[in-house]
Amino acid sequence: MSEPVTGISREDVVHLAGLARIDLSDAELDHLATELPAILEHVASVQEAAGDDVPAMSHPVPVDNVFREDVVRPSLAPADALAAAPASDQQRFLVPKILGEG
Amino acid sequence: MSSDLTRKTADELARALSAEEVSSVEVTRALVDRIESVDGSIHAFLHVDAEGALAAAADVDRRRADGDQLPYLAGVPIAIKDVLATKGMPTTCGSKILDGWIPPYDATVTARIKAAGLPILGKTNMDEFAMGSSTEHSAYGPTHNPWDTTRIPGGSGGGSAAAVAAFEAPLAIGTDTGGSIRQPGALTGTVGVKPTYGGVSRYGLVAMASSLDQAGPVTRTVLDAALLHELIAGHDPMDSTSIPDAVPAVVAAARRADVKGLRIGIVRELGGEGFQPGVEARFTEAVELLTSAGAEVVEVSIPSLRYALGAYYLVMPSEASSNLAKFDAMRYGVRVPPAGVDDPSAEQVMASSRDAGFGDEVKRRIILGTYALSSGYYDAYYGSAQKVRTILSRDFAAAFADVDVLVSPTSPTTAYPLGDKLDDPLAMYLGDVATIPANLVGIPGLSLPVGLADEDDLPVGLQFLAPQKADDRLYNAAAALEQLLEQKWGGTLLSRAPELEAIR
Amino acid sequence: MTVETLVPFEEALTRYDPVMGLEIHIELNTATKMFCGCPTEFGAEPNTQVCPVCLALPGALPVVNAKAVESAIRMGLALNCEIAQWCRFARKNYFYPDMPKNFQTSQYDEPIAFDGYVDVEVDGETFRIEIERAHMEEDTGKALHVGGSTGRIHGADFSLVDYNRAGIPLIEIVTRTIEVPPEKAPAVARAYVSHVRDLIGGLGVSDVRMDQGSLRADVNLSLKPKGSTTLGTRSETKNVNSFRSVERAVRFEISRHAGILDAGGRVVQETRHFQEDTGTTLSGREKSDADDYRYFPEPDLAPVSPSREWVEELRATLPEPPAVRRARLQADWGFSDLDMRDTIGAGALDLIVATVEAGTTPQAAKKWWLGEMARRANESGHDLDALGITPQQVAEIQGLIDAKRINDKLARSVFDGVIAGEGTPEEVVVSRKLEVVSDDGALGAAVDRAIEGDPDAAAKIRAGNLGVAGALIGAVMKEMRGQADAGRVRELILEKLS
Repeated sequence: MSEPVTGISREDVVHLAGLARIDLSDAELDHLATELPAILEHVASVQEAAGDDVPAMSHPVPVDNVFREDVVRPSLAPADALAAAPASDQQRFLVPKILGEG
Repeated sequence: MSSDLTRKTADELARALSAEEVSSVEVTRALVDRIESVDGSIHAFLHVDAEGALAAAADVDRRRADGDQLPYLAGVPIAIKDVLATKGMPTTCGSKILDGWIPPYDATVTARIKAAGLPILGKTNMDEFAMGSSTEHSAYGPTHNPWDTTRIPGGSGGGSAAAVAAFEAPLAIGTDTGGSIRQPGALTGTVGVKPTYGGVSRYGLVAMASSLDQAGPVTRTVLDAALLHELIAGHDPMDSTSIPDAVPAVVAAARRADVKGLRIGIVRELGGEGFQPGVEARFTEAVELLTSAGAEVVEVSIPSLRYALGAYYLVMPSEASSNLAKFDAMRYGVRVPPAGVDDPSAEQVMASSRDAGFGDEVKRRIILGTYALSSGYYDAYYGSAQKVRTILSRDFAAAFADVDVLVSPTSPTTAYPLGDKLDDPLAMYLGDVATIPANLVGIPGLSLPVGLADEDDLPVGLQFLAPQKADDRLYNAAAALEQLLEQKWGGTLLSRAPELEAIR
Repeated sequence: MTVETLVPFEEALTRYDPVMGLEIHIELNTATKMFCGCPTEFGAEPNTQVCPVCLALPGALPVVNAKAVESAIRMGLALNCEIAQWCRFARKNYFYPDMPKNFQTSQYDEPIAFDGYVDVEVDGETFRIEIERAHMEEDTGKALHVGGSTGRIHGADFSLVDYNRAGIPLIEIVTRTIEVPPEKAPAVARAYVSHVRDLIGGLGVSDVRMDQGSLRADVNLSLKPKGSTTLGTRSETKNVNSFRSVERAVRFEISRHAGILDAGGRVVQETRHFQEDTGTTLSGREKSDADDYRYFPEPDLAPVSPSREWVEELRATLPEPPAVRRARLQADWGFSDLDMRDTIGAGALDLIVATVEAGTTPQAAKKWWLGEMARRANESGHDLDALGITPQQVAEIQGLIDAKRINDKLARSVFDGVIAGEGTPEEVVVSRKLEVVSDDGALGAAVDRAIEGDPDAAAKIRAGNLGVAGALIGAVMKEMRGQADAGRVRELILEKLS
């Protein structure tokens, strides 16, 4: 991925699928590699809409300083916390071996 | 009155219940029977909780008999879109990845509904994680439009709209990120309201796009929508984006229903090319009715609307790509190990589970959003899209300086046949052109049925838009138009819907 | 894994200049987590302090802990930072099983505090460390790696995750590039971390315990050839769990980088893990273009815009600046400049303060912390505050000495017992039977025996030659196995031989 707005290659889609942690099949990769450029071409018009002086809007209804008092609220019972776990052991979530470090 | 209990509005049921002319158990039973009889051909529900609903109904009846002061809608059954957490009741968001997930907590909307004594009939079908405009992207099969079961009911909240249109529930909760309440409302001849962003708590609403999502009422009448709106709205300390102000007086506005002197703006950019003639015809007639009732109608322009669809299809997938990262099959959800890999790692299991658990549309949006946020592209895509929101909101502010409400057709077309646009995502996205601006700028919108298109005899919706926190204006104007239309028709639009064949 | 050739530190510095930056993560001691009301107690049973928010259950939403913001602002002020007029949280997106949302809620280009500095002292010289930013974020859960031979992540069969720690508030403090004379870099790094520990500890916003992970330091280091302006590739060393390790990690990485560069190799941009036992670092995770965190403003949280009034109110709550406090303490305690330098160098300032507060004289407190305790810390590789003995216990032991129930020599055995977890000093004295014999009858009998056993010495003392009393005292102490008050023994001998 080099220059912006030059489209999106199949390689790019492979890279994006890695970032998004989705093990897309070859067919899915092919499909997205043809579909995404068309969608991107359509949405690219946003780049011409505003200059540098226009602030970006992250929150549609502005409200600042929403805080919570530092007061303990009940946690879930461990059984409820773990109820949906695909696997658990010793009151912990069991996950497959982790390769890299965080 | 038991034979036609399912046809009653929520307001009628509330009055009958408080007058003790009917019990909540009778009403709930009638609706459960109706669901059992017609939902086979509609598939509005992903989960029906007859037992729980009847138990809640019995509880309300008992409390009423004991002389308890009950909320107005106590005992009136409701259906909830499967994107809101319901403690002890499955919540799948229409996705395979959440198949069988039972939340250990209630969304704030769910909690308020339970506290007010509304029996919950079940969870309604939707496009997976609310991504879609047709409900065809549900992992559990599409919902069918009660007006023509070969057609889509709209989406993503096709289940809630169809349930209400098919008299399976008088009330339903929908969620609207780019039109998912209003567009199905238009396509099924029902009323759907997207409140001001922050008007209804998002706590427990499984997020697609955090800055766009909003839950709201799905009903058959404007007054019912106002009653439900008042019940679910209001400040929630669990949602940092919740508006602390008092809820606008929406019920009073719906009862006022007076457009005399009201200044109404027709949005020039939301019409013409791409809009079905029958849609435009019904829209124009409805505006004429408003004029005849004393409203001042002018045309206004919102030039930046041409960037809205692009901005939406960048902001929404960007936020969604991040919001949906939590579905990794580590703490909950369906874990699918990769085929043919011995002793796979957590990374591999996450990736294979997400591939198996998400449908095509979800993957498409996650990849698109990942791209729009990625290094080197952020400014061009996500950053530019967020700037469009600023320009758009300035344009809307300018328009609302001149008019009280804006109007447009809700959807450019009526309900199209199932499968028609499934392979053309861009075509489907274009159908959201009139609804997404409200989400981008956080203003409220309401879709009201205004008749049937001549070419296909399918419902057409008109959308009202109002400034932020002025949701009451929508209800006033829509209730007035509803009255005018029903006088003209001599009844409700839904009374003209075809009878559904009971499937036993 | 390739075997690396290390270049001795001093030699490395003849050819390269280190470019160093430090990141410190401070876990706040708020009662609840950053974004939910779950408690934050250390050592709770697994997954008992979790809720829909910190487990990232579908639909849950965060709400900011006011106390954490307050603590962040106070820390920012203590670090001489500007406090943002308006700032937002941002999502740092990457997948990892100990991070429930698969994004960390952090701050990106809008930190709550920025552009600060601290002045740290090494060998009497002051160095200014510039602070780039201090921002708010949340901690991750903890994975226990099961199976395999090492118990480490590599070779594990699976992992067990506890999310109690997920969502605990963290403040990350990032320095700008630290520019000091190359040979001072390791000591300055250590002094900086120690200084920040004292500073933040003084605010009362964190336990600042490196051994428990409430203060974590990462060392970013690269080398550039002398005379060159080209920056080298940097490594980021984590798992540095003591002040001493900070110094060792800097030295080791300088030696390692130099070895690679001398051999014409390329330093890999990666995360490395410090190994306490060997003083080396091991490769963790290679940084690559996969680390595209896709930061964007957190739409679920409101922006934070602390009013200037609030900031000034919080400024007024700050304790006196470290330099002022040190000067005051030095005057109060009557310490020499050298005493004070040693005290600060050893990270003993707050320990001595606490020991004095518990009733000991400054001199005695200094004697124990810079003597006996420093020796033990050095031997075990722990920091002083991680030895397993508190200032209150040290004060209690000194109290026992002052009451003549034990002597200095026995006190060492009491320290052993307390550190070994045998109980309070009092309990250790009893269980180890350490109390000195103060019974004059028993002592008297021992003195009599000593006099009988060494008539020559006794005669000399009688004749006024008190210099030989030591021989008799030694004999008594030996018979009493050290458990006698040598002063009292001397008195008894002189009484009997007068």
